Amino acid sequence: MDTANINLPEEQPLRHKRFDGLKKSLSNFFITLSNINTFILRFFKEAFAPPYEFKEIVRQCYETGVRSFTLITLTGFIVGVIFTKQSRPSLEVFGASSWLPSLVSIAIMRALAPLVTALIAAGKVGSSIGAELGSMRVTEQIDAMEVSGTNPFKYLVCTRVLATTLTIPILATYNGLIGILGGFLNVYVNEGTSWRTYIQQVFDPLTFVDFAASLSKAIVFGFTIGIVGCYQGYNSDKGTEGVGKAANGAVVTAMFLVFIEEIVIVQIASWFR
Amino acid sequence: MEKQSAPIDHNNAVIRVHGLKKSFGDYPVLRGVDLELYQGENLVVLGRSGTGKSVLIKIISGLLQADSGTVEVLGNDIAHLNTRELRELRIRIGFSFQNSALYDSMTVRKNLEFPLVRNKTNITKPEIDKAVESVLDAVGLSQTINQMPSELSGGQRKRIGIARTLILNPEIMLYDEPTAGLDPITCIEINDLINEVQQNYKTSSIIITHDLTCAKQTGDRVAMLLDGQFQREGSFDQVFDTNDARVKPFFDYNFIK
Repeated sequence: MDTANINLPEEQPLRHKRFDGLKKSLSNFFITLSNINTFILRFFKEAFAPPYEFKEIVRQCYETGVRSFTLITLTGFIVGVIFTKQSRPSLEVFGASSWLPSLVSIAIMRALAPLVTALIAAGKVGSSIGAELGSMRVTEQIDAMEVSGTNPFKYLVCTRVLATTLTIPILATYNGLIGILGGFLNVYVNEGTSWRTYIQQVFDPLTFVDFAASLSKAIVFGFTIGIVGCYQGYNSDKGTEGVGKAANGAVVTAMFLVFIEEIVIVQIASWFR
Repeated sequence: MEKQSAPIDHNNAVIRVHGLKKSFGDYPVLRGVDLELYQGENLVVLGRSGTGKSVLIKIISGLLQADSGTVEVLGNDIAHLNTRELRELRIRIGFSFQNSALYDSMTVRKNLEFPLVRNKTNITKPEIDKAVESVLDAVGLSQTINQMPSELSGGQRKRIGIARTLILNPEIMLYDEPTAGLDPITCIEINDLINEVQQNYKTSSIIITHDLTCAKQTGDRVAMLLDGQFQREGSFDQVFDTNDARVKPFFDYNFIK
């Protein structure tokens, strides 16, 4: 066969292929960013406009808050005990073990309580929201709401995001208090410190900025976990694989964003100290 | 059960579709669809899987947007409706999904109440209960009122899905593969239910299917979607009285030949 006249497609140089791949990835990244932005804007537009879904918000608060209660109690207590136990040797080297309650309170209230609560909530609540909405998308339940004259975004997304934004600060505060209680147990067993002295030493070093920063963090984390879970679920692909991806994406993205927000808020809080 | 002839008003089209085109990526699904659904009529849209039958009714209900062409539903061009107007129009359209799309976190009662309480804010509890009982009675499943969707059979789920759309007294019904995945006897029961809905609720319906028994039992008119356009249209016998190589196998492979 004469192959001289056959026009074979010219093979692209490798660097062109790599450049195309990078261009596509960047383009997808910015499209996703724009979609998330639109999703967040839609939340603010619809969440505060009537009709309000009070009943569903309360139900979602129950789902988010009460169902995470045991886990938050357990982790808060363990964090308090372990943090106190691990910090003692270092303080003892400097003969400063009496500062243990202050150290525990600063660490727990400033950083650990909101962060631990957010990470647990991202795993438990975020994945649950992602999977639930993803499953509703796949089985056309969201479409069914839409065609029956209901606004599924308002009913499903706004309620869940508001619920996480409201309950996670409460859970974080509770987690902090339980952590302090765990710290007390350890201090009482080892140093025999009384409850009254311990509490006084716990709250002495804390300032308004600490409480405000901790609360702000928990609110931002709660919003992030809710919005990421809803975004992943609401926009999940068709099929069961889409549900899995939505649940997984909700956890991974929320955790990553929580750490970024932690850095930013800590930096902002430090300007006020 | 033999289909009773329904009073069809051929001067009053409740749905008018003209030159409808829709592509997904580079793949054109609908390539200029023209369709009219008359008041009181059951129109069956037949076609092989992937020919865009479901896409067509999703565009009609506003779930998908067309690339070009016009869709007029009950005198409203859906492309020009704002969100509120589209929501008001959708209340007048019932959509029965292929997999029923029941809310699986709610009981049958809650599933049926859901569209009602969200669209009729002044409705009282006794009125809601009465409406729920009425539609459950219409689909013959009163005993399932407190069951969860996961406890229902495929046929029961389809019926509850239809009941949920009926609770808002729609003027138009869109059925997406109503008999898919059901045994032959349940299929016949669903076909009878579709005819009962047409008679009792005075609805005009588009029934998307590839089940010829369903088409024959429920359709006043049948339209065959081929290559993204309606190629044949008429009564069931007229559509299949052909030697068209694209239509004939569809009929020949079916047991009702």
